[in-house]
Amino acid sequence: MKKLIPFLIAAAMPASALLAQDAAPQPTAAEVEEDVVGTLDANDARIAIPAFATNADVPTQTSAGSTSTLGFQIANVIFGDLRNNGLFKPTGPSALPRPALSQVQAPDYGGWRGRGADMLVQGYVRAEAGGNVTVGCYLYDVALGQQTAKAGWTVPPGEWRRAAHKCADMVYSRLSGENPFFDSRVAYIAETGPKNRRMKRLAIMDSDGANHRYLTTGQATALTPRYAPDYKSILYLSYYNGQPRIYIYDLTTDKQRLLLQSSNPLFAPRWSPDGKWILYSMAIGGNTDIYKMPSAGGAAIKLTDAPGIDIGGSFSPDGNRIVFESDRSGSQQVYVMNADGSGQKRISFFGGRAATPEWSPRGDQIAFTHIAGNFRIAVMDPGGGNLRYLTDSWQDEAPTWAPNGRVIQFFRTTRGSGKTGVWQVDLTGKNERKLETPVDGSDPAWGPLRP
Amino acid sequence: MNTRLTLSLLLAVGLGLSACAKKAPEVLPPDPGGTPAATESAGGDTGAPTPGSQADFVAQMMGQDTIYFDTDRYNIDATDQQALAMQAQWLMKYPAKRITIEGHADERGTREYNLALGERRANAAKNYLVSLGIEPGRISTVSYGKERPVALGSDEASWQRNRRAVTITVD
Repeated sequence: MKKLIPFLIAAAMPASALLAQDAAPQPTAAEVEEDVVGTLDANDARIAIPAFATNADVPTQTSAGSTSTLGFQIANVIFGDLRNNGLFKPTGPSALPRPALSQVQAPDYGGWRGRGADMLVQGYVRAEAGGNVTVGCYLYDVALGQQTAKAGWTVPPGEWRRAAHKCADMVYSRLSGENPFFDSRVAYIAETGPKNRRMKRLAIMDSDGANHRYLTTGQATALTPRYAPDYKSILYLSYYNGQPRIYIYDLTTDKQRLLLQSSNPLFAPRWSPDGKWILYSMAIGGNTDIYKMPSAGGAAIKLTDAPGIDIGGSFSPDGNRIVFESDRSGSQQVYVMNADGSGQKRISFFGGRAATPEWSPRGDQIAFTHIAGNFRIAVMDPGGGNLRYLTDSWQDEAPTWAPNGRVIQFFRTTRGSGKTGVWQVDLTGKNERKLETPVDGSDPAWGPLRP
Repeated sequence: MNTRLTLSLLLAVGLGLSACAKKAPEVLPPDPGGTPAATESAGGDTGAPTPGSQADFVAQMMGQDTIYFDTDRYNIDATDQQALAMQAQWLMKYPAKRITIEGHADERGTREYNLALGERRANAAKNYLVSLGIEPGRISTVSYGKERPVALGSDEASWQRNRRAVTITVD
């Protein structure tokens, strides 16, 4: 399969918090990547990911230890990322010899061929004077005997896993042709306790479950978080004052405030993709409608006016349209409207009920919960056609998209116990797995690729 | 204040109230709500709750502090009307008391929709009480969606018990 590849992978990575650098151990300038002929179908790629080499095994301020153990851990994070999405057959550093630093740019192709590897990911770790670490990441096509991509990052010690995720993103993008998504975070609700006295806390974690942190104590029930597109805050629902209201949690100060003062219940907070607008749903006299307000503050605009429950809402990636849920027809169904509330039109006609629609970041699909007996995660196109089920269990609900629109997380409730778990499935529906969280989890909300 | 015409009208509905006004115990805790004479209150058999208290309300309602709904519905049916009439009667007896109506849904709905549905159910109960003459300002509502079930099974019997609006008095 021939594929045009980006001019330079490193240039496609957003440079900001991470200081993008030339990765080569020998200080060659970042070379222009020529077209590379890939002969592999990504589905078959056997990828060897040995421990990253280092120029000197010295202590680091990272949680992983010395540069040598850090090199192993980085390879292991990449291995976990690539293994868990089902596209590849990776082998991790535990089962592979560790290349010497001199081999990082001159792989032993023959040796890797002998091990049955199609592709090789290797790299190096270097401790910098100020405590930062530099990570170089190289992707080789073993069959062709040539380098396919490379990139490097210098990161603060607390963010070493980001370098690993970016390396995994580079490999994933190059081999699948899809946009990256590993370097992202998820907000969710951590649940503990018996079914009738469930404690629900706001929590955040990396896309692979690492760097987990609770944000609230659980004294007030927290529900339905949504990461701001810039990752600086989270909107969520809390019963902090006894009533369901929307709070905005500022992640830079760890302070929170009411989104708006109201004597009415407020539900279902959402961001627009550019972060400039916030959707919320408010019940007045039992009738719930969807409103839109500028995130910087200002007057709210009422978008729906139908008797009944209009709730939720998810912007199309261009911000021009909103998909939402309404029971105006007598049961929950999915509707679309223009961002000003005009042109409201039902799009779900599948029998049963259709709920919690979320527009893919790519714009091509809408994920939702289809309820016909059981609750299943499904996708359809924005016109309401081509229904496809991705899961089949007793109660799966509330899909959220990975930044690249190719993977979905949702939560699954167990019949009887009411225990919940965060699960992940790709768009083929074939690769489904439960995310490991410290306690039960629900309401996952996947943020965009990290800035 | 507890001899309003509406009260007798409500009684005329034929609710099968346990209206037997027993003598309350001699010594009672201070009445929190400025309620009518204790002797008006029908207590339990022994250790009767303070008249006008939440315990008194629960004892008097005998289960009628809660009304139930069909799946996805929020209409007040004849059974609900009887229960709410009983609640209204008590509320007229203790006009200083305020109430909160908690709306709930069963687990077989999506989380956000159930929050809105619980609110709609609580409001339906509120509106009916208002139609019976209870001041709207005395009634607040709160929805817990499917987050606080009372019946813990995953079966129709449990779901029926969880689709409810519960009236709780506020001191």
